[in-house]
Amino acid sequence: NDDTYFEFTPDNYKDIDKILKKYPKNYKQSGTIPLLMLAQKQNNNFLTLAAMNKVAKILEVPPISVYEVASFYAMFNRTKVGKYHLQICGTTPCQLCGAKDIMKACEDHLHIKMGQTTADGLFTLEEVECLGACVNAPMLQVNNEWVYEDLTPEIMKSMIDTWKKGGTIKPGPQKGGRKNSEGPLGRTTLLKIEPRVKIRDMPEAVKNWEDEIKKKANEAAEKKKKAEDDARRKAEERIQNLKKVE
Amino acid sequence: IIKWRPISYGRLFATITPDSKKQHHGGLSDQDRIFTNLYCDQDPFINGALKRGDWHRTKDILCCPQEFILDEIKKSGLRGRGGAGFASGVKYSFMPKKSDGRPSYLVVNADESEPATCKDREIIRHDPHKLLEGALIVGYAMRAKAAYIYIRGEFWDEANRLNKAIDEADEKGVIGKTSCGSGFPFDIYVHSGAGAYICGEETALLESIEGKTGKPRMKPPFPAGIGLYGCPTTVTNVETVAVCPSILKRGGNWFASFGRVNNRGVKLYCISGHVNNPCTVEEEMSIPLRELVERHAGGVRGGWDNLLGIIPGGSSTPIIPKSVCDTVLMDFDDLKDAGTSLGTAGVIVLDKSTDVIDDILRLAKFYRHESCGQCTPCREGTGWMEDMLERFKIGNADYAEIDMLYQLSKQIEGHTICALGDAAAWPVQGLIKNFRHVMEERIDKYKAEHPVTNVPRVLSHLPKKGSHQIYLLNQRKQFHNYE
Repeated sequence: NDDTYFEFTPDNYKDIDKILKKYPKNYKQSGTIPLLMLAQKQNNNFLTLAAMNKVAKILEVPPISVYEVASFYAMFNRTKVGKYHLQICGTTPCQLCGAKDIMKACEDHLHIKMGQTTADGLFTLEEVECLGACVNAPMLQVNNEWVYEDLTPEIMKSMIDTWKKGGTIKPGPQKGGRKNSEGPLGRTTLLKIEPRVKIRDMPEAVKNWEDEIKKKANEAAEKKKKAEDDARRKAEERIQNLKKVE
Repeated sequence: IIKWRPISYGRLFATITPDSKKQHHGGLSDQDRIFTNLYCDQDPFINGALKRGDWHRTKDILCCPQEFILDEIKKSGLRGRGGAGFASGVKYSFMPKKSDGRPSYLVVNADESEPATCKDREIIRHDPHKLLEGALIVGYAMRAKAAYIYIRGEFWDEANRLNKAIDEADEKGVIGKTSCGSGFPFDIYVHSGAGAYICGEETALLESIEGKTGKPRMKPPFPAGIGLYGCPTTVTNVETVAVCPSILKRGGNWFASFGRVNNRGVKLYCISGHVNNPCTVEEEMSIPLRELVERHAGGVRGGWDNLLGIIPGGSSTPIIPKSVCDTVLMDFDDLKDAGTSLGTAGVIVLDKSTDVIDDILRLAKFYRHESCGQCTPCREGTGWMEDMLERFKIGNADYAEIDMLYQLSKQIEGHTICALGDAAAWPVQGLIKNFRHVMEERIDKYKAEHPVTNVPRVLSHLPKKGSHQIYLLNQRKQFHNYE
């Protein structure tokens, strides 16, 4: 692995410049994750040791920092994966809606187990943690890019066949024709949207706020003055009482 | 469109608040909704955003004094929507009023990795300009130099859209050197993560932006003192920030007119699991849980009586059984009274056909995978709990081991650097408190099928079935002796 050579393409160098501009100049280490993702994408979804060393050199950090980051995060593939890296979500909301059936359908159709790659190098199956589309469960992500939701075992098999032939599939909910996260039986909110381009009178609101603060300050000052007057009156009364006693 | 027949629930509240004028919360009208493009009916980018009212006279807001903006947010009663529920106005006012040489930063936490939560994704995909406007206003209120939006690496399409929205906003001149022509320089940058749930925790997020492994820091020092690159930072959730422009434009009092006392406002609920109509809806706080599930999610599969339990706030909150679900309201205080918490309002519905131990086991596996490994209770404890739950799933255990699991979760909770330990412990505690009978039945079944041979078991002389209270009482007596 040490012998492989890695170099960014000139287009990627322009992207690197854009990325590094986002962070303060003396904190180049912030660019570790974006640069590693860029390197992985350039290299067919496979992050090599040479790529990590190259990123370390660009960012002027010791290579161990880059190795730490690459092994900590789950999206960096440090082994070779197939052309379609099928990442199936298996956490509880998706599991309740049948993610295990989807995984079994994939395993049967491709004749491999979870975590393995097919012999022709086209598909890799992996079970990942929650991908953030729980309402459209079960779902999967391909190559860390497009997300395909609302799956059933039959749809899954037809998708795999389409990919084998080299076709593309429209991302999003696959079954039922529902729009994004509205329910499959129809939506219950936002039935009629009226655009609202309004703002209340801000200077007036600020004036009200300032008046309220002044009022509160006045009340506090009055209260304080009243308390002082009371204290002074009580002290005078006490002195007079003492004089009477004398 | 679902036809919803009104059902009378009788007495709806467990805790009566003395000065709430409205007795029933729950029917939010479309005019009061903030996220009108939730299902992407219109263009999510700048043209559609302008039609929906984003960036409309934002300059007026930027000319108000910063104290006014913070007071409005405090008046509106907005509480953090990222799970903790800390009053946002108070949190934003912790930032320094006078800089001591260091710039301040606002960091928006769009790392939405909590299982059952998918609300931030909708905001970023379909209404990114609300988020950008909110970041600008909140950044102005806390005198920040720039905003970093940390988006999770799996949201590749959403990150592209957000970048496009930022480019459009830059072109229009609403952020950048002089935002909206008011002379306040503010930049917004997007930083992508790479697949770690722990990076949703605020200090781990700051570590991740700085380019290191996402391991949380000790608090104190808090991010408002020392945060990103050592500068004062505030980390907020996407929904909290995206709601702020509407609060300022319509007034804090308008926002405070929804929900009960101390639980004001509107919230995006994501209902998933065994329902007929899983969806994301924007509803008022303090809506009864039953109404939320029946009206918007089409009811539980097989009717309300087929319900086993509900996890109300994303996977970190304890599961509540059906008896509690009948009457509980969806807000911070009522759920806390019921022993769970609102969290991120990702509702997972479980019906009677599911194996609840298997579901909690999958959550334990999730927490074990996502533990960063920095502190021992979490790193070892999550693995230990998962192994024990594997055995409980088949029933190969003792009754006393249920108490052992409870004690173990108590030892993880509160003794970790960050809240992932608590988040891993709470579901297990919820399972033991509410579904102990399921675990005991499983143990009985296993023991019936595999009769115990002459193997000496250390724990089997301890409590009989259902006598866990005696065991806990004994423990309490023990502690009493130390005093």
